[in-house]
Amino acid sequence: MSTATAAQALLTLAANGPADKIPAPHIEYAQLAPTLIVVGAAVLGVLVEAFVPRRSRYYVQVFLAVAALASAFAAVVGLAAGGYGSTKAHIAAMGAIAVDGPALFLQGTILLASIVAVFTFAERRLDPKAHGNRVDSFAAQAASVPGSDSEKAAVKAGFTTTEVFPLALFAIAGMLIFPAANDLLTLFIALEVFSLPLYLLCAVARRQRLMSQEAAVKYFLLGAFSSAFLLFGIALIYGYAGSVSYAVIADVVDGTVAKLDPALASTMGNDALLLIGGALILMGLLFKVGAVPFHMWTPDVYQGAPTPVTGFMAAATKVAAFGALLRLLYVVLPGLRWDWRPVMWGVAIVTMLAGAVIAVTQTDVKRLLAYSSIAHAGFILAGVIATSAQGVQSVLFYLLAYSFVTIGAFAVVTLVRDAGGEATHLSKWAGLGRRSPLTAAVFAVFLLAFAGIPLTSGFAGKFAVFKAAADGGAGVLVVVGVLSSAIAAFFYIRVIVLMFFSEPKADGPTVAVPSPLTMTTIAVGVAVTLVLGLAPQYFLDLAGQASTFVR
Amino acid sequence: MNFPLLTVTAAVPAVGAILTAAVPASRRTAAKWLALLFSLATLALAVLVAVRFEPGGDRYQLTESHAWIKDFGVRYELGVDGIGVALIALTALLIPFVIGAGWNDADPLETNSSRWRPTQGFFALILMVEAMVIISFEATDVFLFYVFFEAMLIPMYFLIGGFGDRAHSGTDENAAAQRSYAAVKFLLYNLVGGLIMLAAVIGLYVVAGNFSLQEITAARAAGTLDMATNTERLLFLGFFFAFAVKAPLWPLHTWLPNAMGEATAPVAVLITAVVDKVGTFAMLRFCLGLFPDASKWATPVILVLALISIVYGALLAVGQRDIKRLVAYASISHFGFIILGIFAMTSQGQSGATLYMVNHGISTAALMLVAGFLISRRGSRLIADYGGVQKVAPVLAGTFLIGGLATLSLPGLAPFVSEFLVLVGTFARYPVVGIIATVGIVLAALYTLVLYQRTMTGPVKEEVSGMRDLRLREVLVVAPLIALLIALGVYPQPLTTIVNPAVEHTMSDVKQTDPKPEVAVEAKNGEAAK
Repeated sequence: MSTATAAQALLTLAANGPADKIPAPHIEYAQLAPTLIVVGAAVLGVLVEAFVPRRSRYYVQVFLAVAALASAFAAVVGLAAGGYGSTKAHIAAMGAIAVDGPALFLQGTILLASIVAVFTFAERRLDPKAHGNRVDSFAAQAASVPGSDSEKAAVKAGFTTTEVFPLALFAIAGMLIFPAANDLLTLFIALEVFSLPLYLLCAVARRQRLMSQEAAVKYFLLGAFSSAFLLFGIALIYGYAGSVSYAVIADVVDGTVAKLDPALASTMGNDALLLIGGALILMGLLFKVGAVPFHMWTPDVYQGAPTPVTGFMAAATKVAAFGALLRLLYVVLPGLRWDWRPVMWGVAIVTMLAGAVIAVTQTDVKRLLAYSSIAHAGFILAGVIATSAQGVQSVLFYLLAYSFVTIGAFAVVTLVRDAGGEATHLSKWAGLGRRSPLTAAVFAVFLLAFAGIPLTSGFAGKFAVFKAAADGGAGVLVVVGVLSSAIAAFFYIRVIVLMFFSEPKADGPTVAVPSPLTMTTIAVGVAVTLVLGLAPQYFLDLAGQASTFVR
Repeated sequence: MNFPLLTVTAAVPAVGAILTAAVPASRRTAAKWLALLFSLATLALAVLVAVRFEPGGDRYQLTESHAWIKDFGVRYELGVDGIGVALIALTALLIPFVIGAGWNDADPLETNSSRWRPTQGFFALILMVEAMVIISFEATDVFLFYVFFEAMLIPMYFLIGGFGDRAHSGTDENAAAQRSYAAVKFLLYNLVGGLIMLAAVIGLYVVAGNFSLQEITAARAAGTLDMATNTERLLFLGFFFAFAVKAPLWPLHTWLPNAMGEATAPVAVLITAVVDKVGTFAMLRFCLGLFPDASKWATPVILVLALISIVYGALLAVGQRDIKRLVAYASISHFGFIILGIFAMTSQGQSGATLYMVNHGISTAALMLVAGFLISRRGSRLIADYGGVQKVAPVLAGTFLIGGLATLSLPGLAPFVSEFLVLVGTFARYPVVGIIATVGIVLAALYTLVLYQRTMTGPVKEEVSGMRDLRLREVLVVAPLIALLIALGVYPQPLTTIVNPAVEHTMSDVKQTDPKPEVAVEAKNGEAAK
């Protein structure tokens, strides 16, 4: 406890007057262990790239990544068991990082999802061997121009892009900080730390490299835009509150801090700054969760990125971004609830409907899943709007359920292949149920979970957020949500029809037999989907205990 | 701790489904026998439920209650009243016949594929549907009911879309497209209904704070749980919409003819005789129990819709050229009678409706399964392709006739009793409605007899001339059903003893008493003249 009070004392000191000396930073290393482990492993991974012989890099990197993620998860569990999720929740690292229930729950979710995602990164049995070397989903040498001699030489030499593992670890580290960030600058830095590696990861597909690079450029440009919005919003909020700390901003919003910072006397307490700044920050976060109207990047990036990356991104980014959104709305801006709720209502309704409606016309399975992820973002927003502990609980649970379904579904997408790599066009999936009943059945389970059919995790999650929304007085949102679920069900069902009731085409794709890595990913996905659907109580309890933010 | 009989009754077919699905591709016959065995075991358990059930005892018996999802206020609560017992018995009774009738329906055309196992899938799906239907008849927790009410759509959807008539299967692309259309239509209609119900389920939780049917009904009766009039009406409509799609009630019925027309005859029986009963059952149990005032408020409209269903379904049945679609429209007409009986709010009407659910199940099964045998012989569903069958296949024609006569409610066969009760019950409160409903009976005679006349009598058509009569397996499937139709027709007492107390409870839920008895006596006299 002494550490906590010390941090508190430092905080008040910093807030009270101009600091005449720079205090030595006080860092609670043990409480930040999950993030530190992952960052450390990422740095080590860079060293591995530099010093370990090419032949054994792959194995070292996979081992390092999985070990780091597993021990980080163990650290999260340890912290939660030590009461940091509830009674001992507090703000660490001099006010920069919150260690509380939602943060730990989301970090645990991100880490678990990342472990299974890394398994799909490491999969090397799907493509036929190139020149006697096993290859994964990533380009032999990302720097070589597609189709050039240098690329051919790289393929021939059996290069593999093992950099993806440290890149993924850096991204995961950023994602771990993002939902825990307790001041706006940490938030921004975490955003950049996880976004930049993702831009790179999107660009390194082995097949269809031009599309992959196009996706990366789009993602980068739009992402840079949204970062700029976020940063501008932070500046405006600083002008309003005189601080970037969540706690101080919240106090200023509530009106409990009347004292003006002399340097900011002309702007402090100016509501225009608060409203515009808050809106800009929200925009930045809504971009990351893929809510309409900030969703434009989603289909292109999901389609172009290497499928393992898409699965990872779709699951983990969403978890992290919703975590940050929750903290911002529940900790910083609860006093502004009457201003942001109508806006978020609108965003949620448009997101649910647009995601579901546009998905109906999609013909590519990855784009279909992209639009479905937009619709799901809308459902989750319905829970966010509830502004109650129940709302937080439902969102946490939904994110847990959703991330495993998503990673599992994209892992199945990697298996269905023809001569050109993954066969993502829906017409090629016709009759898959005849050729590979098990693969098709597994994918059907994921689709039914997306559609929210009872006995799957999707239903439990949807029920939780809708119930929270209805309890919070958002009955209209529930009705819209239910209607868009019906629309969404249509296109999930369409894929199932295609797989089971259509005659297989003569030149249709084959289902690759994966290594135990991808099999584990898919099996975990199915298991989580069914367990959360049949017996969600334990996980709801967990999410319920984790639903209080520290201020 | 009592033996969890209800759980076991629902779990046995579920386990059977999993085991059947796991049978290797080459052991098709073993899968069939395994499925039959499990369906018979379920039947034995259902009989045990009926025996253990005391008609004069508590409203809900053999109850089980366990914590399930505390955060949603959901408990795993089972319990049966007389209506539930009757319908569980009906379900468990029909499934062995469905399996027997569909014995060879799902054999793969070519046997070289080692991983594609349609036969195992077919029987596993049937058992899965049975398990889910049984648990929906048992659930006394609204959420638990909803979960299985929705989940049963998925196996049903695969049964409709994945298995067509042998007559049309193979490479016929058009038939496959039609079938997949029918399956999707079935699923979308029911899914939309279910999702609207989901909104109402959530609304119910917000109002009541839990999902326990018994608690909410008791609180409603004691006046401790107030619902604003508008809230209650909206929630009622949310529930009723889903059940009306399932039942199906005009104008939400259009999926049924497609589904029954394209599905194989056993699956069509499964749809109309078993799965759709969940809809009408749920109207009785949930709509009336949870929202008594709103039920009374909606009664006039629902009665009109039921009347339209009766007359419209019968009229369209008269005009059908396709045997299976004819039976489908006849079923729509019959569901109109069931819903009429439920919302007439008299005890005769409601016990009549319950009996009707059971009897309609048996009679439609008999008619549809024989129709399926007929269709599989000739390879056509069109009435015009038949003629003179009774000369070449007298047993088939005879059983078809009895099934048809049961459908038109001939006195002496089971459906007569229930139709009579429904009409008496309706007439006692709404004489005009009762009179219009009798039009349905007249039309029923028309479409059934015309169907029989065109297909079975007259000169023997060339394509029909070589037709085989019923095989032993087919006779074994049909004969018990016909025996039951006759037995329940002359001695419906066992069924009414079980059902009547439950109906009394439902009547007290909606705070209704029967109108003056002399009206009912007059109605009986009127019926005698018919």
